[in-house]
Amino acid sequence: MTLEILTPDNTVFEGEVSSVTVPGVQGSFEILNNHAPIISTLDDGKVIIRTGKGEESFFIKGGVVEVLDNKIMVLAEGVKL
Amino acid sequence: MANLKEVRNRITSVTSTQQITKAMKMVSAAKLKRATNAIVQLRPYANKLKDILGNLSASLEGSSSPYIQQRDVEKVLIVVVSSNRGLAGAFNANVIKTANQLISTQYAEQYRKGNVSIIAVGKKVQDYYEKRKYNVIGNNNEVYSQLSFENVALISEVIMSGFANGDFDRVDVIYNHFRNAAVQEIISEQLLPLAATVQADSSRSAASKVDYILEPSQQEIVNELIPKSIKIQFYKAVLDSHASEHGARMTAMDKATENAGDLLKSLKLSYNQARQAAITTELTEIVSGAAALSNG
Repeated sequence: MTLEILTPDNTVFEGEVSSVTVPGVQGSFEILNNHAPIISTLDDGKVIIRTGKGEESFFIKGGVVEVLDNKIMVLAEGVKL
Repeated sequence: MANLKEVRNRITSVTSTQQITKAMKMVSAAKLKRATNAIVQLRPYANKLKDILGNLSASLEGSSSPYIQQRDVEKVLIVVVSSNRGLAGAFNANVIKTANQLISTQYAEQYRKGNVSIIAVGKKVQDYYEKRKYNVIGNNNEVYSQLSFENVALISEVIMSGFANGDFDRVDVIYNHFRNAAVQEIISEQLLPLAATVQADSSRSAASKVDYILEPSQQEIVNELIPKSIKIQFYKAVLDSHASEHGARMTAMDKATENAGDLLKSLKLSYNQARQAAITTELTEIVSGAAALSNG
């Protein structure tokens, strides 16, 4: 599945991932392949991306995530590495 | 006929002015590129946000968000976006003209009661309205030193909390919309309460409605997204204005360089004429002097 992390200033991440953990407002949750469509707002927190090669994480400042047909979109207001 | 030294001095000074305008043009061209890039970067985010919001809300009417409340317009805030520096042609003058027009027509009554406030983004407008004793709120001139969403969002947060608290019943933003490097268009649009444009868009995506899991709930997500989309709308205005500023300056400086070139050409002509006249006079003097000697 593919993941895109966008902020108003730039595209932070774009690529193939195996799983993503996002800081939902009702608690952090993980998105795996074939996840049901979901829209959730996000708190400030850590987005952890696991790809075949390893793990990467970003600290995002609020936002929203949309999952649809194995495409994950994270819209964050800001990102710290 | 101007004397030689005077003309030479003018040529030197015009040449150095031309160098400055040329340099400013190059700098603006480089900055313009970066500014337009920022607009391009914003686009996917803005579009996606609009999509999601459209997907979620067939209409915003049920929403309890404070930012869509329509109230009787008693207190008005006008956000005027301009630049910190001049030398950009009519860039700042146009924004100010439009703002004044808006105040004297649509908000004349509110203005009489002293209920028009102004937030200026950019020093030029700030100075203008402070000098004329308008109610100018805050000082936002340093956003241009580091133009990022986070910095601009700070301004929109001030605006939004002012609206939510009832300090203003309507917020308009006036800025230069970036059409292309040579053309700017003054736009005056309503920022708050959130205009109906978001709602109109939803009909398109309603057909392809997907059954999303919504967390925490549709209402809360919409309430969360509305302020975001307002921030984006404002950020877009600032970016647009920033790109327009550099476009306007580039055009103005290009014109100035060209004019300096024309001026130089005519100065050089009169310099050469003066030089030639001087030589001719000198020659005549020598010849007549020699003639006088041989005659004597």
